[in-house]
Amino acid sequence: MKISFTLNGKQTGVDVSADRKVVEVLREELMLTGTKEGCGAGECGACTILVDGRARLSCLMTAAQIEGRSITTIEGLSQNGGGMHPVQEAFIENGAVQCGFCTPGMVLSAVDLLDKNSDPTREQIREGLSGNLCRCSGYVKIVDAVEAAALQIRREKAR
Amino acid sequence: MIKRMIEVGYPAPRFDAKAKVTGEEKFAIDYSREGMLWAGARRAGVAHAIIRKIDISKAAALPGVYAVLTRKDVPGTNRQGIVHKDQPVLAGSRVRHCGDAVALVLAEDRDVLEKALGLIAVELEPLAGVFDPEEAMRSEAPLVHESGNLLHKAVIRVGDARGAFEECDVVVEDSLEVSAQEPAFLETQNGLAWQEPDGRITMIVSTQAPFRDRFEIAHALGLDVEAIRIVSPCLGGGFGGKDGATVQCLLALAALRARGRPVKMRWGREESFTAGYKRHPVRMRYRVGAMRDGTLHAVSCRLIYDTGPYAHLGVEVMALGMEHACGPYRVPNTLVEGWCVYTNNPISGAMRGFGVCQASFGIETMMDQLASKLGLSPLDIRLKNGLRRGDTNGAGVTLVHSTGIVACLEGLGVHRLWKDRAKWKSEAGPQKKRGVGIAAVSNAMGYGRGLPDSAIARVELTKEGKIRIYSGVPDMGQGNSSGFIQIAGQTLGQDDSHLEIIQPDTDLAHPSGSSSAGRTTYTYGNALIPACEDMKEKLLHRASLLLMLDQPCGLVLLPGKVKHLPSGREVPFELLGRMFSQTDRIAVKHFVMPVAQDNPDSAKEFRLGFPHVLFSYAAHLVYVEVDELTGKIDVKDYLALTDGGRVINPACFDQQVHGAVAQGLGYGLMEKVLTERGKILNPNFTNYIIPTSMDVPDITSVCVETVESTGPFGMKGIGEVGTNAPLPAVAAAVEDAIGRRLRRSPLTAASVLGALSGRGAAR
Repeated sequence: MKISFTLNGKQTGVDVSADRKVVEVLREELMLTGTKEGCGAGECGACTILVDGRARLSCLMTAAQIEGRSITTIEGLSQNGGGMHPVQEAFIENGAVQCGFCTPGMVLSAVDLLDKNSDPTREQIREGLSGNLCRCSGYVKIVDAVEAAALQIRREKAR
Repeated sequence: MIKRMIEVGYPAPRFDAKAKVTGEEKFAIDYSREGMLWAGARRAGVAHAIIRKIDISKAAALPGVYAVLTRKDVPGTNRQGIVHKDQPVLAGSRVRHCGDAVALVLAEDRDVLEKALGLIAVELEPLAGVFDPEEAMRSEAPLVHESGNLLHKAVIRVGDARGAFEECDVVVEDSLEVSAQEPAFLETQNGLAWQEPDGRITMIVSTQAPFRDRFEIAHALGLDVEAIRIVSPCLGGGFGGKDGATVQCLLALAALRARGRPVKMRWGREESFTAGYKRHPVRMRYRVGAMRDGTLHAVSCRLIYDTGPYAHLGVEVMALGMEHACGPYRVPNTLVEGWCVYTNNPISGAMRGFGVCQASFGIETMMDQLASKLGLSPLDIRLKNGLRRGDTNGAGVTLVHSTGIVACLEGLGVHRLWKDRAKWKSEAGPQKKRGVGIAAVSNAMGYGRGLPDSAIARVELTKEGKIRIYSGVPDMGQGNSSGFIQIAGQTLGQDDSHLEIIQPDTDLAHPSGSSSAGRTTYTYGNALIPACEDMKEKLLHRASLLLMLDQPCGLVLLPGKVKHLPSGREVPFELLGRMFSQTDRIAVKHFVMPVAQDNPDSAKEFRLGFPHVLFSYAAHLVYVEVDELTGKIDVKDYLALTDGGRVINPACFDQQVHGAVAQGLGYGLMEKVLTERGKILNPNFTNYIIPTSMDVPDITSVCVETVESTGPFGMKGIGEVGTNAPLPAVAAAVEDAIGRRLRRSPLTAASVLGALSGRGAAR
């Protein structure tokens, strides 16, 4: 089946079976390996992508479900406007990256979270990221990073 | 590229952070090649059986199936294992646990692979299994191996514990039990392998031990070690579970059959649970005696380790656990007995904390009971007995290196979370009980005696004028690569724009051991410093020739260049890079970790891995709130003080502490591998719950800097020590809250309710 969608800002078409998992379409057909798969069952959040701006689990979506939608993967987040997204910058600066396998999904969930709430409390950040497992960090520096990114985004908007 | 300050001691952002936040970093799972086949194992699914017949005809006939292999297709010994070679690559006659692989399928795509695995007909004759380590030791128990179920028995004896108990004013006794823990790295076991035209096998694999993997594969498949090349990109977590072959032997077997075509193998999450290595479940019986003033006088304990059907590193895990069974304390009389036992349960092996997690729960529980019996505070009894440099530890080793447990405990004692504990507890809301607990722990570094803990660092000046480090030890997320960049930058006076690092490749780097045992940065870093010093001397000398200096004086290394300060003349690295001959551009140096020089007259049963002489230390404090109605334990605040010598990167140091605490809290509060007749009932993240961002509080990490004079810039490894304290600290806090001691981990809401209603593990 031919599927057409916007991928990281570009019109894209792939010919795959309609029930192919989106995470596989991205990783194996389009070679965008930044999206990770940790469980294949919607439990770990590593495969999080943005679908029309909202965080979604690409291991639970089939190719047919992205027809006509706009998809942003971690590779596309940094392409928007050239530089890195403030969440990515904050993850680097705040030591929120360890093994890095959860990082793409975690970053995209954080982007979605800050889009919905530009000034979250630490508790709200923890709640917003609770669908993304990280086995390395204990989450402390990830929460720090999202807090810092929120501040940065508010500053940029105020400018 | 932004030039980063990377001085040792500065919390520089990790060099790999940018590639990881942009998705550019390639893990083993992200590699693929043209014409790739997929390999998968058919698992036994039952815990103990005789294999009568494996019918592969239907699977082999399925279009898209490239090959189906069974035991008879395995060349070599068919035996893998790190020290004890007792695990078959493909089981041929006997199944010893549910995760045993009985057939290997190579297929054109994953759909065909799954279908083919289902078409293999395995005829099994079930055998009675043994799932309890104590039952396994009885003479009438079903045998997991013909040699018997007792893999290893050992005794550590210092002084005369039996006699010493007579002299004690107080003696406490208790039994404790801890369950298995799944490493649960997010990147499951996987790799990609192919046979080169010259017959060599190249494998890109998620591994903690690339150099050792070659030996394991070679032994199992009858290959020449030199005929195997292992490439180890950054790991998506390891925690011990990727120390030792996972996919490696199966994948090499597949590559041998695939006639040059690349083969990929990836274990799904359920397979990762079923066939992967876990933290050992342990049963402990402790007896601890002290004098009236709280001075420890005798410890005796019996530890039973359930290693599952194969040794993996079971004996070495037990050795380390036994070595730490008396905690970070001075104990003149000790008797520590250990049994490492085969069962038909899932395989136990290396996991962060490596046997010490379990024993720490034992001894720390006893310390609290002693304190309570003697009317001492839990802090005072630990301070009184805490090891100091020059003391002899419970395994009979004289501590001649940095020994910071007392400093950690003193730091805890002056921290506001300790001082404010009574006030915080008094503010509990209705139906809530609050408690505060502490724990003191240590963790040895390195392989211990009998196996040289060595690394060989290789540094190169590239033709482009960059300083390139060929790492010999994988980065499973702990950030050792960043540490290496900082160590090289410090030694060579460079910023990060002139440094690069190549992740381990056995064809390029030199054998440097595994990424494990709190030794990765210490041992490789100690080899890297002299390699960089050698490189520095070369750069200065060769530059002095170019500058026609009579004597190489007044020359310094600056970022990207050599400068002659008296004349102001400079030689850029690019020029030196073009000028250096191929043999000249490389510097190689090695290092071997010190070992204990005492000769304790016990534990001779351990050929290797005992004893150790270098230790990191930590003291933790936790605030918990227990809901009296639901039994739920909420961790409200957490303090971790860690002695890891001097710190190379404070940000990476805190990362390690936070992560260790989170894994320890998971171990203490929620993680339990549930089995029924050896079959895992919760092999997924739906039912095996690991901590989420909602379960881990903010953690205060305090670095207690001693100087370890043998360490690179004074550092010690701290990756493991932090996992040992959360369980005992939380158990102490829960007892402080509800007046009941829980003796079995994890400390679930159900166990709290059981204790509150007077049943179960009440004191």
